[in-house]
Amino acid sequence: MSINEGSTPAVQNYIPSREFMKGARDTIPLLLGALPFGMIYGTLAITAGLSRAAAIGMSALVFAGSAQFIAVGLIASGTPVLVIIATTFIVNLRHLLYSTTLLPHLKKLPVIWRMPLAFWLTDETFAVSVHRWMAEDSSPNKHWYQLGSSLAMYLNWQFWCFMGLVLGESIPNAAEWGLDVAMPVTFIGMTIPFVKNLPMLVCVLTASFCALVFNGLPYKAGLMIACALGILSGLISERLRRAGRSGRRI
Amino acid sequence: MSGTELTIILGMTLVTFGIRGLILLFSGRIEISGAWESALVYVPPAVLSAIIAPSVLMPRGSLDVSFGNFYLISGCAALIAGIIFHRYALWAAIVTGLAVFGLYRFFLL
Repeated sequence: MSINEGSTPAVQNYIPSREFMKGARDTIPLLLGALPFGMIYGTLAITAGLSRAAAIGMSALVFAGSAQFIAVGLIASGTPVLVIIATTFIVNLRHLLYSTTLLPHLKKLPVIWRMPLAFWLTDETFAVSVHRWMAEDSSPNKHWYQLGSSLAMYLNWQFWCFMGLVLGESIPNAAEWGLDVAMPVTFIGMTIPFVKNLPMLVCVLTASFCALVFNGLPYKAGLMIACALGILSGLISERLRRAGRSGRRI
Repeated sequence: MSGTELTIILGMTLVTFGIRGLILLFSGRIEISGAWESALVYVPPAVLSAIIAPSVLMPRGSLDVSFGNFYLISGCAALIAGIIFHRYALWAAIVTGLAVFGLYRFFLL
C-alpha cells in the first residue's frame, strides 16, 4: 500500500470515465459560447424557409456552426446547391489545420475511434483537447477526454438549435422583421478576434471591398472571388511586411 | 424534407467530414506544406467579411448607405462595441447589434 500511495490517485485520474468527465467539464465555458449561435441558427433556419426536419438534420449531420450559419444565409438568398457546398468546403478548410495538428496523437488509435473523433472535431473541442494531448503526463486514455468534450459540444449544439427552431416558429412573419440582421452582427463579432495584425486587416478589407464589387455576379461567384482575393492580399502583405523588416535590419 | 434540402445537407456533411477525417483515415500519407498552412489562417476572416459586407451595405441588392438601412446601423454598432470590448468581441457585437436593431425597430420602424 505504501508503494502505491503516491501513484494511485494520479493513475485513477487516467481511467476512461474520469478523462471523459474532465473533457466534458473543461468544455463548459465553450458550451455557453455556443448558446447564441445555436439559437440564432435555429431561428434563421426557419426564417430562411428551411423545413424543421432539414434544420435539425443539418445540425445533426453537418455539425459545423459557421458553415450551417452561412448555408442558411445562402439558402435564403436562393443560392445554387453546388455553390452552398463549395462555400461549406472553404469555410471548413480550417478544420484541416486541426486534424493535421492532432494527427500525431490520433493516428495511434484504431479507425473506430479516429472516425467519430473526426466527425465531432469542432473549433471548440480542438481548442480544449489539444492541451490535453500535449500535456506531459502519460495517460493512455486522452482520447476519452476528447470524446467527453466532443459529446458535450454535440448534445449542447443540438439542444440550442432546437430551442432556436421553436423560437423561430413562434414568431409570426419572422422573415419580415429583419431578424436576419443577427447574422452579420454575429459574424462581425466572430471576425474581430482574427484581426490582430496588419495583414489580417488588409485581408478583411480586401475581401469586404471585393464582395461589394462582385456582388452581382451569378452563382454567388463574387463570394468565392472575394475570399480568394482577400486571402491572397493577406499573404502578400505578410510577405511584404517580413521583407520590409529584414530589409531594414540589413 | 425536400430533395434540394437533402442534397444540400448530404453534400455539406460529406465535405465537412471529409475535411475533418480524410487526413486521419490516411494518417501519415498526406502532408500539408507550410505555404498552405499560412493561407488557411486567412480563410475564416476572409469568408466572414465577404459575407458581412454585402449583407450590411447592400441588403436589397444595391449599395445603401443611409439611416434607413438598419442592417448598416446595427452592423456599425456591433463593430464599434466589438472593438471597444475586444476581449468579449462576440458577445459585445451580438448584444449591441441586436439592441440597436431592437431600438431602431421600436422607435423608427
